[in-house]
Amino acid sequence: MSWVTKTLSSSLGKKLIMAVTGLSLIAFLLVHCGINACIFFNDGGETFNHAAEFMGTNWLIRTTEIGLFAGLILHILDGLKLWYDNNAKRPVKYAIVAGNNSTWYSRSMGLLGTLLLIFLVIHLRHFWVVSRFTDVITSGQKTLFQEMAEVFANPVPVVIYVLGCISLAYHLLHGFQSAFQTMGWNHPKYTPFIKSVGAGFAILIPLVFAAMPIAMYLQIIK
Amino acid sequence: MSTILDAKIPDGSLVEKWTKFRSNVPLVNPANKRNLEIIVVGTGLAGASAAASLAELGYTVKAFCFQDSPRRAHSIAAQGGINAAKNYQNDGDSTYRLFYDTIKGGDYRAREANVHRLAEVSANIIDQCVAQGVPFARDYGGLLKNRSFGGTQVKRTFYAAGQTGQQLLLGAYSSLQRQIGLGNVKMYTRHEMLDVVMVDGKARGIIARDLISGKLERHFGHAVLLCTGGYGNVFYLSTNAMGSNVTAAWKAHRKGALFGNPCFTQIHPTCIPVSGDHQSKLTLMSESLRNDGRIWVPKQKGDTRPANDIPEEERDYYLERRYPAFGNLVPRDIASRAAKERCDAGYGVGASKMAVYLDFRSNLINKYGRAEASKLGIDNPDEETLIRLGRAVVKEEYGNLFDMYKQITGEDPYETPMRIYPAVHYTMGGLWVDYNLMTTVKGLYALGEANFSDHGANRLGASALMQGLADGYFVLPYTIGAYLAAEIKTKAISTDAPEFVEAEKAVQERITQFLSIKGKKSVDNFHKRLGKIMWEQCGMSRSAEGLKGAIADIQALRKEFYSDVFVPGDADEFNPELEKAGRVADFIELGELMCVDALQREESCGGHFREEFQTPDGEALRDDEKYAYVSAWEFKDTSQWELHKEELVYENIKIAQRSYK
Amino acid sequence: MEGNMNLTLKVWRQKNAKSEGRFETFDVKGISEDMSFLEMFDVLNERLISETKEPIAFDHDCREGICGMCSMYINGHPHGPKQTTTCQLHMRSFKSGDTITVEPWRAAAFPVIKDLAVNRSSFDRIIASGGFVSVNTGNARDANSLPIPKENADLAFMAAACIGCGACVAACKNASAMLFTSAKVSQLSLLPQGQAERQMRAEKMVAQMDAEGFGACTNTGACEAECPKGISIENIARMNREYLSASVSSNKEY
Repeated sequence: MSWVTKTLSSSLGKKLIMAVTGLSLIAFLLVHCGINACIFFNDGGETFNHAAEFMGTNWLIRTTEIGLFAGLILHILDGLKLWYDNNAKRPVKYAIVAGNNSTWYSRSMGLLGTLLLIFLVIHLRHFWVVSRFTDVITSGQKTLFQEMAEVFANPVPVVIYVLGCISLAYHLLHGFQSAFQTMGWNHPKYTPFIKSVGAGFAILIPLVFAAMPIAMYLQIIK
Repeated sequence: MSTILDAKIPDGSLVEKWTKFRSNVPLVNPANKRNLEIIVVGTGLAGASAAASLAELGYTVKAFCFQDSPRRAHSIAAQGGINAAKNYQNDGDSTYRLFYDTIKGGDYRAREANVHRLAEVSANIIDQCVAQGVPFARDYGGLLKNRSFGGTQVKRTFYAAGQTGQQLLLGAYSSLQRQIGLGNVKMYTRHEMLDVVMVDGKARGIIARDLISGKLERHFGHAVLLCTGGYGNVFYLSTNAMGSNVTAAWKAHRKGALFGNPCFTQIHPTCIPVSGDHQSKLTLMSESLRNDGRIWVPKQKGDTRPANDIPEEERDYYLERRYPAFGNLVPRDIASRAAKERCDAGYGVGASKMAVYLDFRSNLINKYGRAEASKLGIDNPDEETLIRLGRAVVKEEYGNLFDMYKQITGEDPYETPMRIYPAVHYTMGGLWVDYNLMTTVKGLYALGEANFSDHGANRLGASALMQGLADGYFVLPYTIGAYLAAEIKTKAISTDAPEFVEAEKAVQERITQFLSIKGKKSVDNFHKRLGKIMWEQCGMSRSAEGLKGAIADIQALRKEFYSDVFVPGDADEFNPELEKAGRVADFIELGELMCVDALQREESCGGHFREEFQTPDGEALRDDEKYAYVSAWEFKDTSQWELHKEELVYENIKIAQRSYK
Repeated sequence: MEGNMNLTLKVWRQKNAKSEGRFETFDVKGISEDMSFLEMFDVLNERLISETKEPIAFDHDCREGICGMCSMYINGHPHGPKQTTTCQLHMRSFKSGDTITVEPWRAAAFPVIKDLAVNRSSFDRIIASGGFVSVNTGNARDANSLPIPKENADLAFMAAACIGCGACVAACKNASAMLFTSAKVSQLSLLPQGQAERQMRAEKMVAQMDAEGFGACTNTGACEAECPKGISIENIARMNREYLSASVSSNKEY
């Protein structure tokens, strides 16, 4: 085994993979959220469509997207492996587990991640598949904004999206600062700052995301 | 026939003895070392340090402990610190002073040559531990801090908060684990030694019981080291761990090793008082607390006011009153007796009236609070500020002890004074050893608290850690060469040899006996009753009449034990009750010997206080004419011992009435 | 009877490592609130012995919170509801009438020996793999020749305060031994004495920890919350740092 695979397959290495891919996904979320938030200009989607088109056609972004997907898949597979391995480390379970020694969401990252995965499939089907694998957008039949408006006219996707954002919030609430701890970045001066930024990020980003379907459903954004 | 024992002390002046010995002791060459096997029983400070050091030298070592890990030996619980004559504080310390303080503290009943050697190597111990990564307390300049302990007027005690023993043991344990990892030591955890195997008059192995499977095992060794600690648990209630026992030493005693000064027991003055019959052990509050805590009782008999309501002028700081030169830092035996005297006279405090106060308030405010305030440039600080600042310093120095006190009693010692009372803590007596730490059985050594050697009739605080590590790191690895150099031709003896088979059979029979009595009383029932007899008649004060009664009582208790004890479970399983039964059976025999020894020694010295022999002001009255010797008892048969003596010769110290006034 | 507390105990009974276990319920009466939790077990065991039944096996030794031998999982918490060891937990932390469930530490790497006693020798093997400074007796230089900043000495001490009881493993949902292992890695990496073997130590101890069958750390912080000695998870971050930098920069593999 080379030192790279040895390191990455150790319990610490597996966590490092989660941290690095997690942080890259966090970076993606920031960009994604920023672009989508363009709908709040409430200009009939003009700014948003413009930005979306740039993202969809720029070669650098498209290349990064491959990396992003690789990271996402790695995050999912590594997460499942960790969940499976860790679960096997206590073959006989406790009869009673007092839950007050840690937060429920820090103990439920696997569950939250699974919910997010389900949400992601639905989300990709809604927009990404439509924009990349059909000619609905490219042929000019519809803009991506119109597609959004259509999807979010129906209350069911809106509820699913809000639930997805809640899962995301809790996933991030633990994941953001946990990634820094895993990479060894714990310092009396900076850790409180990282934790605050993490908490702020975990609340703000899902809030902005959740506001989109709600606002469109309520026709605040048209 | 009683004999005079030869301690094999090297010739020459006191300061040269050890140096010369080391230069002349026979050596074993590296190739031969590998073929020599050494058994180390016990993995406390003495055992872990010896096992690691011997393995480093190249010997093949097997180490045994009854706990689930070598790190759990009771050395771990030592709190206050470890002495060393480093003179880092520039306060006039020296090897000679440490030597002198130890001999004087021991009330002139220790062997000069051993104690001087101990003082000589004390400095090396600190160096070794620091090199292992033991995190001793340090000053802002990064250098080591010291504090003061009883019976000394210098600061020579190195410490790590109130858990010095833990840190030192983890240091020794890490060295041991390193050797285990390298394959030089084979470790047997959850194994209890149940007999010494003798072949041709030499100790050649042990019989051990695997405590999980219950299987008896035979192990061969060219030499056997007993590093099995003291026997304070003979009193049932003591500061020892629940598992601490005399069994290994007692088996050696029954196989011919003489037992030295069995009655020399240390009663530690500052322990948390007994709270009820359920009590299973007593908890020490480190002697280091006497650096900053002042001991007092109310001046008025039967005063029931809360401590903080008793004004300064109505408090009797009896140690400061009686011993102005040493004050609260008199040796342990003296502090203990003084506490007992006040309580017996009716001045005790707390619900049971069997406690005195250990009060930090004045030093917390005046010493630490003011120093911190002046560091911070606060002029005329109010009391609240002083308490807040002082509390932080006290927390750093003794935090874990204060937490422990609060945990156990439910009272906050930062607010109200601690209530304390003396409790059994350490045994100066143990297997008699010569200068080489060898018992009277060839090839059988005793190290640390298990031997009788260095503390005389009373041990000074922070000296037990020093002795355990000195024996293991720096003494035995040299002295064992004197024996092993002649053993290089001895091939490993098969454990199928008749001596092994017979020893195992005897152990098996004894186990079967315990299980087949099927009486009505639990092992603990006997242990508690033994403890009560010992505490009342062979505890802080002893009398001929009481001791005679105790001997008769113990003999009766032994008979009852063998007819009415109930040991549940089987021999071939994890059976803690069976383990206890064997240990208590040995304690009963030891208890009798302790009383025999206390009765024979018609003087008071150190921890041994005979009511008939005291000065007019109640201090221990020694009889150097008649008793300046070590009593070493030979086991003849049940309840039969023969006394041998080692004369104590003081060539370098003028023997005098001990005074701390 | 010394007190007036009456309790119902549900205790895990298991004959040996190979047999199946089950809970057994006991009523204990007359318990004093000044008793320690283990003394309450002593009372119960004395009663069982008087009924010629087999007492409950549990590990304990010093009973002053430092040896790390005691190991009961009480009402869902290692060492019970207070952040202390089982031996230092007192009955005043409970109310008369309470039902208390007591289980052994549960982890693949801590197999049950009998009833509440488990085998923690995996911890010893982790230390043997690198939790030391290789300094033979007699090699040391003068203790004060190497000043150590007080802050580092204090941090090292706080990490070294670990008693190796395994509560961190018992508390962790993944049965991870990161807090235990990192405490030793931290202690030695903070001190100048530990520098020579710093990289090797981190790599070997992590490898041994994994080989023993402990889980990975998911940073829930349960270990820190339950540790009777208050060992901080900052140590875990420090070990992550030590391990990752050692993996990347060491000249050879350990």
